[in-house]
This record gives sequence, structure tokens and C-alpha cells, in this order.
Amino acid sequence: MTKLDSKIPPGPIDRKWTDHKGHIRIVAPANKRRIDVIVVGTGLAGGAAAASLAEMGYNVKAFCFQDSARRAHSIAAQGGINAAKNYMNDGDSTYRLFYDTVKGGDYRAREANVYRLAEVSANIIDQCVAQGVPFARDYGGLLDNRSFGGVQVSRTFYARGQTGQQLLLGAYSALMRQVGKGAVQMYDRHEMLDVVIVDGKARGIIARNLITGAIERHGAHAVLLCTGGYGNVFFLSTNAMGSNVTAAWKAHKRGAFFGNPCYTQIHPTCIPVSGHHQSKLTLMSESLRNDGRIWVPKNLEDAKAIREGRKKGSDIAEEDRDYYLERRYPAFGNLVPRDVASRAAKERCDAGFGVNRTGEAVYLDFGAAIERYGKQQANIQKIDGPTKEKITELGRAVVSEKYGNLFDMYENIVGENPYDHAMKIYPAVHYTMGGLWVDYDLQTTVPGLFALGEANFSDHGANRLGASALMQGLADGYFVIPYTVGDYLADDIRTGPIDTKRPEFESAEKEVKDRISHFLNNKGTKPVDDFHRALGKVMWDKCGMARNAEGLKEAIQEIRRIREEFWKDVRVPGKADGFNQELEKAGRVADFLELGELMCMDALHRNESCGGHFREEYQTPDGEAMRDDAHFAYVAAWEWKGKAGEVELHKEPLTFDEVKLTQRSYK
Amino acid sequence: MGNMKLTLKVWRQGGPNDKGRIVDYPVSDVSEDMSFLEMLDVLNDDLVRKGEDPIAFDHDCREGICGMCSLFINGEAHGPGRGITTCQLHMRRFKDGDTIYVEPWRSTAFPVIKDLAVDRAAFDRIQAAGGFVSVNTSGNLVDGNALPIPKDDADKAFDAATCIGCGACVATCPNGSAMLFVAAKVSQLALLPQGKPESKRRALAMVEQMDKEGFGNCSNTGACEVECPKNISLEHIARLNREYLTATLTKE
Repeated sequence: MTKLDSKIPPGPIDRKWTDHKGHIRIVAPANKRRIDVIVVGTGLAGGAAAASLAEMGYNVKAFCFQDSARRAHSIAAQGGINAAKNYMNDGDSTYRLFYDTVKGGDYRAREANVYRLAEVSANIIDQCVAQGVPFARDYGGLLDNRSFGGVQVSRTFYARGQTGQQLLLGAYSALMRQVGKGAVQMYDRHEMLDVVIVDGKARGIIARNLITGAIERHGAHAVLLCTGGYGNVFFLSTNAMGSNVTAAWKAHKRGAFFGNPCYTQIHPTCIPVSGHHQSKLTLMSESLRNDGRIWVPKNLEDAKAIREGRKKGSDIAEEDRDYYLERRYPAFGNLVPRDVASRAAKERCDAGFGVNRTGEAVYLDFGAAIERYGKQQANIQKIDGPTKEKITELGRAVVSEKYGNLFDMYENIVGENPYDHAMKIYPAVHYTMGGLWVDYDLQTTVPGLFALGEANFSDHGANRLGASALMQGLADGYFVIPYTVGDYLADDIRTGPIDTKRPEFESAEKEVKDRISHFLNNKGTKPVDDFHRALGKVMWDKCGMARNAEGLKEAIQEIRRIREEFWKDVRVPGKADGFNQELEKAGRVADFLELGELMCMDALHRNESCGGHFREEYQTPDGEAMRDDAHFAYVAAWEWKGKAGEVELHKEPLTFDEVKLTQRSYK
Repeated sequence: MGNMKLTLKVWRQGGPNDKGRIVDYPVSDVSEDMSFLEMLDVLNDDLVRKGEDPIAFDHDCREGICGMCSLFINGEAHGPGRGITTCQLHMRRFKDGDTIYVEPWRSTAFPVIKDLAVDRAAFDRIQAAGGFVSVNTSGNLVDGNALPIPKDDADKAFDAATCIGCGACVATCPNGSAMLFVAAKVSQLALLPQGKPESKRRALAMVEQMDKEGFGNCSNTGACEVECPKNISLEHIARLNREYLTATLTKE
């Protein structure tokens, strides 16, 4: 049996990383040239890792399924990136960022990893500025910061509502620089379909060229999976359409343990579902909660009237509005962490206060902000006794400057002007904290196989704070893996190129080809999306914002049924040797159908509520998540035992030496 | 369920070397809340059920930022509407009974892969030629605030940096020029002190690669600016021209 060793270095928490870096082995420049590294995924983690490793002298092969490395879904992150710079002099520090992240994760993350993340956060900003990332600046020309949900300092750096885009394009430019030099071989429109294990070590991958359909073997001394999260198991999520779990899942089936699969982040501010045709959900940045106030009507009759179109939000008088986050959590108000805000919205909507046709929406209202900013501007511009209209005009200009692109995006999708009518929002699946289990060096339980960014489980515990995903992706890619992978590769300086003619490659390739031909020859009746939608509904209803034992048991049975039907009745048109998007989807959904079951099993076994994992049986009298630290302060790492649903649970106990475990309170 | 009925005239092409043609598809029950791509999803779903080959088209984030979606809709890159990508186009912009032409980006530098999907790898090669600041990863760089940048410059650089690399500019340009795309990157980095040291080299290298890829020349028609989903301004082309000219004149 594999034993979990987190390899946390000894010593005080603020010395661990420095000491570790100083003591691990490194590969000499001349030897790096003899070593090949495969990086799968080119988002913040993968792009940064591929660029950094190539700069160092390794031969890098980078893969992405999109048509260009620049399109990885990191690009869609809107709000910002945290860093403990304390530019605002509001008491921020490495320790405080560490503390907030551990607390925000509801005490289910590994302290040492989180501390390192906080420690390198400041370097990320310096690195990105040097690359030409155009962060927002103030009139003095210095970097601007804003506050983000779940914390009480302003440590979030941003580039309007497109921070992820700008950071990713920074990493992409670093990557393309290496491509230009020939240090990285880029394989776009390639999808990894298996990892190849030789003598217990990851030694390469099997990938499909999505244009020609060719199945290719690629060997390397180490494989880095930077393949993002698996939110699309819910069918509807804020993830890109192509985001999938396949790379991570294949790794799991080849021996990598899967950590905390049930930890899912449901983001509170997304545009509500409009109909059956819905293919994805769009996030409205959390930064909107800095100025927007969330409410529903106090009276059920008003809510009903709004749903039936007899009333509008603006018809509801101030005293008849329930600003439920401000009411329940006076200290943090609208800025409570995501899990708390999402559950509170669900609670109100379940109680009948929802404000759109489906009953699943709450208001995010900028009326108060427009008035406040308008008055402020009138003062600045020395306008005496401004009219109400003038105040509104001035206030709208400020709101537009701050959030204009988000408002435009909303209006475009919903067809309603959010300056005139309060936005309607509802929670949606956004991020998965769970992922491949990794040790301090980001190595999975398979030697030579590493997982970075959202693909691993490591830093966010049971709930991720806003603006921390970008931080983790870049930290892993730029500042952690370049050191830790060297320690592993130091043994490989004499190995020589990996021979892809080995039987291990052959058999992995055969499995991939067999599966493809099964799909194409299945002659079923239903398209892939039918099964994906059915799976998503089960996951959302029974393994979503609130879960209970009975529902999870049902979900497991239902998923098994859907999976069985999928293999019997899925119809995949077209050919193997060519561009075939239905075939791509089929492979991804097949893996989601196995992952979904594991998520439910994990949620079922964790008899407590923590962060994004809310078990209805375990809550405080006022409806807050109730942890059980005595029994569940561990990482659940699941080992595949040859078949979906057959897994063995391993536990990595979490010890907290720095942060005292308390009931998380935002009141 | 919606109630619009439409006729789609869609470009179908088996592969890069096949001859393409327009095929008619009637679609019904289209809701105005659907996005254009969701409407195509519904059509594809139907085609798969009928045992036909679904229409290939590129898309990913479906929120207007990844740049993967394309489509020439009724003769316009990303369809009617300004400042949006195809994935952000909603059916409420069309009306019952409309006939809609759907074609791929057309440019020699963007060969068709299948149906509506094209190969834009030329853009990556242009980036690799010089679309970066030559700085290695290091934890020991100067502090991000060591060098203040006037807000105005930072904002202008940001405007250029919002380019999503979709290729609408090329598809729209009568000459198939990639100038707006190249200009956006050259301009972003020329406006920032971090990018200044290599700005000449960058302009020369990116333009050279652009020419090699077979993109056409810019004749200042300004069509690219109109169709750019991120409203990237022609001013950036002017800046690229200045950078390029200076670089050429001072080349050793």
C-alpha cells in the first residue's frame, strides 16, 4: 500500500521554503539539456511552468487542446490576484495572507503549502510587471489595489475586469519567447488521453492530434499536469466548454490519488440560467460585491409579484427589502466568502424569495453605490446643490469606469440594462478545490508525475478565496515547480531519451485507440450532451450547494445508471482520423461519469460541513457549516482500484501549528 | 422554448483541401435568450440524432475572452453588433423568418480545418517572433512599484493588451492584413517602460513574420477597427508604423 508522505520540510513555517530550496538537489545546466519535460495545459500554471523550465534549460514539450496556448481558461478570470505587498499600508503581511487563506479554506488546507503561497505572492506581481502586464494604476503611477471577498485588507491587484487575461497573456508571451528560441515545442490542438508509466515512473503521454486524429506517443523524464479543474462535471458551470478532467482522471487511474474531490466552489454572482438550451454560465466578478448590495424582497407576495412580472425590483420600497447578507453577517456584509454568500442565496430562494421566472435569482443592486459616488463626484467637481439626476449621472460614470465591461457583458446576455434595473444573479459552479493529491513538491503519488494549479488539491482547503486561483497558478508555475522538479530530475541525468517504442507506450496507445473505436462503432441513439446534461443535473441537485447522505446515495446509483446507458447508447458520428468534436466530448464525458461517482462518495464519507462542502445534517442552529475537526481534519486521498466506484481511502492528517482552529465567523 | 424560425446557410467543408459549399438548414424553436452558438448546438444536436455530420466550429470560454470563436455571420466578423464576439451574440438580434449566412474566417493565412474552424497558428508564430519582453522568471526582480508608470500610459497599454487574438481583423480586412493584431502587441509593449528597450527589434521581427505568413498589406480601410470585438483602435496601427519606421531608419 502506498503511504502518503506530504514531505513537509522541518523547521519554523517561515523558514521551510527557503531551507527546502537550499537543500534540495539541482540539475546542472549541461545536464538540463539532456532532460525532457512534458507540460500538459497552458494556463497560468502550465504556461508559467513551461516558460520557466525552458528558460532554465530543460527541453519542454507543451500541450493544449485549444488552437493556441493563449486560450486556456485562466484567461477568463476577471477579478484579480492577491499578493501580500502591503502597498496600502493596511496591515497586510505574508502571515495575514496565509492566515486568511487557511481560514477561508475552512481549515482543510495544508499549512506549509499555504504559507509558501503567501510568501511567493509578492514575487508574482514583480514578475508580471516586468513582463509588461498592464495592471491598474493610480494617478501617481503606482499599482492600485482593491479588496475582495472574505478578507479585510486591500491586497488584490487587477487589470480592470480582465486580470486573468492579462496575466495569462504575460505567461503566454514568456512561453512564446521560448517557443521562438526552440526551447519549447508547442503542441496545440492536442489532447492528452493517457499518461504512460514505466517502472513505476511517469515517462510520457499518449496524445491525440485533434486535427488529424493521429494518436501520438511522447516520452519525457517528468510529466506536469496543469490541466485545470473539473467543474464541467456539473454540465453547467463558468468553465470553458472544453475544460475537462481527462488528464487528471487518466493519471488517477494510473495510480495518482485524487484529493478531496467533493470540494467544489459555487460562485455566488453568476448570471442565472435562462433555459434548456443553456450551454454554460457566465460569472459576474466578485469585485461587484464591493459596491453592489445583495437583496430579495422581505415579503413573499412581493417576490411572487416580481416572478410573475407584475412588479419590478425598483417598485419595492427600501424598507421592504431584505439585504440578507448585511443582516446575517454585519462584520463582512456583502463581502463574506463565496461559500457563505452562495448558501445564503440558495436559502432565500428555497424559501420562496427568488426574483426571476425560475425563482432562482437574487438582486445585486448598485443604486446605493451610484448615489454615494455621485455625491462624492459632485463634491470633487464643486457642484453646489446637485439635482438627483445629476448625482445619478455622476455616480453612473464612476460605476461605469469601475465595472463598465461587466455591466456591458450582463446587458448583452440578459438584454436588460443593469444601471436601470438591479442585476439578477444566482450561484454557479466555478472552481474545484479538490484535485490530484500532491506533496509539498507538487508531486503526485506517481513518481515523476506532478500536478499544478487548479488540477491539484493543495492550497485552498474546502473553499477558495477570491483572487487566490491566479495567485496559486502562477506561484506553482513560476516559483515552485522550477525548484522542486529539479530534485526529482537529478536522478535522470544519465537516463537518456525515453524510448516510446516500449511496451508500456504500446499498450497505453492501444487502450486509447480501442476506446475511440468503441465510441465510433457504438451506433447508439443519443448524443453525448444528453448524458452530460443528465449527469450535471444529478450532481447539481444532490452534490451541489447542499448535500445529504440520502441524496448522495441516490446520486451514486443514478450516475451508475447514466454511465451504463452512456456506454450502451451514446452516438458518436464521424471518423477517428480527423477533426471530430463529438468524439472529443465523448471521451471527456466518459471520464466525468466516473469522477462524478467519486465526488459523491467523498461527499458522503465526509460527515461534516466545511467550506464549499455543506452537508445538511451538519449545521449550526443558525444554518452555518459545522466542522468536525476531531474526525475530519484530514485530506481524503482516494486510490483507484481498477474500476469506477472501487476505491480505497487514504488520509493525510492536517496539523495546525500556526493557526488555531475556530468556528469560521463572518458575523 | 422559443418560437423563432430561421434558415441557416452554413459553409460546409470536409477538410483543408476539399471544396466547400453552402448548405441550407432550417432551424425552429429558437429562443431570443439563446446565444448564437447555443443555437448552433441545438442544430448540431439534431444533426447527430439524425445520423448526420455536425457542423464543426471553434469555441471555448463562451464569454468573449478566449478568442477561440470566430464565424462570419451575414458578412460580418462575429456577426451584427459591435464590441462582441460570436459567443456573445444573442438571438434577440435576429427576427423570426431571417436567413443567416454562416461562414468561416476567410484568409490565405487562416486555412480551413473543417467547416467553420480555421487554423490561426500564424498568430502564434508572430508572437513567438517578438511579442514579449525578454525577461526570465526570477524571484529577485525589482519591486513592482519601483518604476511608476503614468496612469494614462498604463491605460492605453491596457486598451491594446485586450486583444484576444481571434482574427476578426484579418477576416474583415479586404487585404487580409494582420496589422491590427500585430499593432496591439507592439503598441502595448512600446507604451510601457518594461517593453521599451526592445521595441525596435520587436516591431521589425513581428512585421517580418507577419509578411512571411502571407497576410496582406494594410491600406488603412479601417474595417478591422469596426469589427474588432475589443474595440482596438487604429491609433495602435499608427504607433506600430512609427515604431517600424524608426526601427528601419535606425537599423544598423
